[in-house]
Amino acid sequence: MNSDVLVQAKSVERTFRRGSETIQVLDALDLQIKRGEFLALMGPSGSGKSTLLNLIGGLDRPNNGTISVDGEQIDQMNESKLAAWRARHVGFVFQFYNLIPVLNAQRNVELPLLLTNLSKTERRKQAELALEIVGLSHRIKHFPRTLSGGEQQRVGIARAIASDPTLLLCDEPTGDLDRKSGDEILELLTALNQDHGKTIIMVTHDAHAATCATRTLYMDEGKLTAEMKP
Amino acid sequence: MKYLSFIFTNLGRKKIRSSLTFLSIMIAFILYGLLGAVQAALSQGVDVAGADRLVVRHKVSIIQLLPISYTQRISQIEGVDLVTHFVWFGGIYQDPKNFFPQMPVEPESFLDMYPEFTLPANQVEKWKETRTGAIVGRKSADRFGWKIGDRVPIQATIWPKVDGSRNWEFDVVGIYDSDKKGTDLTQFFFRYDYFDETRSRGSGLIGWYVVRVGDPDRAVEVASTIDETFANSPYETKAETEGAFVQAFAKQMGNITAIVIAIMGAVFFTILLVAGNTMGQSVRERIVELGVMKAIGFTDKKVLAIVLSESITLSTLAGGLGLLLSWILVQGMSDSLSGIFPVFYLPSSSIVWGAGFTLLLGFIAGAIPAFQAKQLRIADALRR
Ligand SMILES: Nc1ncnc2c1ncn2[C@@H]1O[C@H](COP(=O)(O)OP(=O)(O)O)[C@@H](O)[C@H]1O
Ligand SMILES: [Mg+2]
Repeated sequence: MNSDVLVQAKSVERTFRRGSETIQVLDALDLQIKRGEFLALMGPSGSGKSTLLNLIGGLDRPNNGTISVDGEQIDQMNESKLAAWRARHVGFVFQFYNLIPVLNAQRNVELPLLLTNLSKTERRKQAELALEIVGLSHRIKHFPRTLSGGEQQRVGIARAIASDPTLLLCDEPTGDLDRKSGDEILELLTALNQDHGKTIIMVTHDAHAATCATRTLYMDEGKLTAEMKP
Repeated sequence: MKYLSFIFTNLGRKKIRSSLTFLSIMIAFILYGLLGAVQAALSQGVDVAGADRLVVRHKVSIIQLLPISYTQRISQIEGVDLVTHFVWFGGIYQDPKNFFPQMPVEPESFLDMYPEFTLPANQVEKWKETRTGAIVGRKSADRFGWKIGDRVPIQATIWPKVDGSRNWEFDVVGIYDSDKKGTDLTQFFFRYDYFDETRSRGSGLIGWYVVRVGDPDRAVEVASTIDETFANSPYETKAETEGAFVQAFAKQMGNITAIVIAIMGAVFFTILLVAGNTMGQSVRERIVELGVMKAIGFTDKKVLAIVLSESITLSTLAGGLGLLLSWILVQGMSDSLSGIFPVFYLPSSSIVWGAGFTLLLGFIAGAIPAFQAKQLRIADALRR
């Protein structure tokens, strides 16, 4: 197997039931993502972008087809194996940051590290390092509600990279931010991609955001329709 | 353990709600402790009753008297080790509300019969030498400030003296204690010979016998032999184990245990709803957070364990504090209640059961919310 390929999705299908209706959200989708890519995924709302991202991140399972990440086939893993796999290999960044409001920045970032064997001091160190990478060393003890949207998203990114995963999955990471904060987040993601070697898949509505990516895929009604390289 | 601070942080997220739940659980367990002490007080005799001791009373009722001559005849029955006798004196010290039991006894057989009463040897000697001597439990001695050598006047209600007066006087020659928790330390014992010579009526009659049998397994058999021996005599007897005797006495106060269980059942049910509701709300409010935790790599089981631990932590802390407070309260009330309940303490069995209940409460209250959190599908949670 080609070690250049990080994500390999083959004939992936995902359907949802809504009442008696069955909605085909992803239809025989094939996708290959190389290690080190920064992929932007665009398309109208409801086209299945988040669904695809969830499948790649092991948050959900396809009805048909296979998904492999870094040579491991994840679509057949059981719940606890998949959870452990996520903890090691994937970091998620959400549109609405989804920080834990009762934890300060540092403890939010530490959360995924609780699942590792690291000691308390090691966890703290690693959380501080992640916060330093996102440029928030001065906000370590701040609670989410005292941070701006852009800062909260930085904490979200720090949490996603805390356990040093290969793959970063970002679902509209700038969707809730003003232009300036959004640009800062995009800069940060670009740096993570270029300097830290993270492979990034970013769902976005914003054509401007997509310009940071090394490749852009368009999606419509559950199918990949076009591809663009800068 | 590394999740502990996370669990506490979660409990602190709705401070008022958590505090109110905490308070209700705590109060429920204070009530539990107090009722436990009351129940123990009412049934105390049952626990300390020796399995090898029989109480022999008049067949009709405890207030009918029996002749002292039965001492001889009972001790001749096979299986009987020791016989001693009591009379209910029912006197008043200064004020009727200063209630404590007083009884004339025969010192030697009495002390032999009740090894749980500990009395220094020199005080035993003194008692045998002093006709008007009396020994008193530590609790009453402390309550009334009596010391050895004090002369204690007691007003008779049932037993006037030969000279027609009702003023009995006794010399405190000993103060007894006990190593055995639950032993009544309020009683006052004086000498039967002095009592019998000085009373104006009822000479030669006693209230009830206490009989020790050699083999506790044969207690019931010996009891029926005693009753048969005195059948068809003017003074027929009813012999039963001390435990049964005290229990029957306690039953007159109503079936306290049933009442206590009913009250506590209602209280715990209410508390279960309160705690269950708190945990349910707490889970419903953070569906997205729980989804995020799972996305990060927390397994379903881990999420279940965290929610359950929150519930159990809340309930055991609140319940534990409630138990501790009730224990302190019971200690504090013990003296002022000694007129009503000679023995008032929180039995360790109540504490152990209470601790078990705090765990159980936390477990049941958290079970459904924890299960819901476990079942939560990540993709659905994140779509909220
Ligand atoms: N868990 C689900 N249950 C039912 N329908 C779903 C579920 N997840 C997604 N869908 C449906 O699938 C379609 C694609 O959703 P999504 O992947 O979120 O789109 P996008 O992210 O591109 O906006 C939508 O019509 C949505 O309603
Ligand atoms: Mg979406």
